[in-house]
Amino acid sequence: MAFNYDKYMRPGKLPHIWCPGCAHGIVMKSIIRALDRVGLDKDRTVIVSGIGCASRMPGYVDFNTLHTTHGRSLAFATGVKMADPSLNVICVAGDGDSLAIGGNHFIHACRRNIDITMIVFNNNIYGMTGGQFSPTTPHGKLASTTPYGNPDYAFDVAELSMGAGATYVSRGTVYHAIPLERQIADGITHKGFSVIDALCTCPTTYGRRNKLGSPIDMILWFKDNTVGLKAAQKLSPEELEGKILTGVFRNDIKPEYCEEYQKIIEMAQGAVAGG
Amino acid sequence: MSAVKALKEERVVAEHEGRQITIIPRYCKGCEICVKLCPQSVLEIKDFKVHVARIQDCTECMLCEIRCPDFAIEIAGKGKKGKS
Repeated sequence: MAFNYDKYMRPGKLPHIWCPGCAHGIVMKSIIRALDRVGLDKDRTVIVSGIGCASRMPGYVDFNTLHTTHGRSLAFATGVKMADPSLNVICVAGDGDSLAIGGNHFIHACRRNIDITMIVFNNNIYGMTGGQFSPTTPHGKLASTTPYGNPDYAFDVAELSMGAGATYVSRGTVYHAIPLERQIADGITHKGFSVIDALCTCPTTYGRRNKLGSPIDMILWFKDNTVGLKAAQKLSPEELEGKILTGVFRNDIKPEYCEEYQKIIEMAQGAVAGG
Repeated sequence: MSAVKALKEERVVAEHEGRQITIIPRYCKGCEICVKLCPQSVLEIKDFKVHVARIQDCTECMLCEIRCPDFAIEIAGKGKKGKS
């Protein structure tokens, strides 16, 4: 049955600015369906973004939205959440925005375990600025600033955020749009810092340069080259060679930052009142 | 609400035995994701926009609707009323 997106869209904003075949629209739809599934109040939800292709997303949706400086979406989101912990704060950012320019904010938000949901639109490239290589561009791939192949090795967003201390970590792809929706919904309901690594495609600057074919070829690549975590347990290391793992990597409970901070406020006030 | 209604886009609706496939041509960028995903070859590209060619073959699997990045396709099921 058709899902009615109009309820969550700002009227007159479509068509969006993303290139033909850009998978960011698929992630945006998954986010909207996830928000609907959780049943969040539009007026009590804040979507924060930085700069980049993915960060244009809050402009189209009818929530409280905040479009901030490059890489600092989590810093602003932390401020919003601390000012009013009852708000549902969701951060959307591209891979360069969250892991390179905002990498510092990213690991420290993970460490604090503040109740924010971070959705990384991971398309392996800086699309908007002309296809420079990003921290998630795979080794050897071409970008406008690595014309002979990328000498760096890519970040694994899931392992990075687990190492930094995020309590909900999952990875989905745009081909698996329904599981991605479920993961985003779980991340929103999870109390603590949630990271959802949404693997997207950039046919214009990444696919074209690396000869990965049409937008649909890039999306179907995920079908053949990703393995769910449960299925991966039955496979040998040779069979898993070159495959990307998807699914929920971690779902832990740890004390949440705003609550811990509130305890400190109460403790300090108690100390003052007690003389 | 009147302002919202005034902004409603032109919709091309194909109908067959209670099933409706709605295309919003201004949103469609002709990326062909829906055309290639459809297991029944219901959709076709004409003049860089998607068109419904064989609605009678549609099984309402929703592959195209879920993965259209441009919000250009809506499918309302057979015998059921769409939420919109």
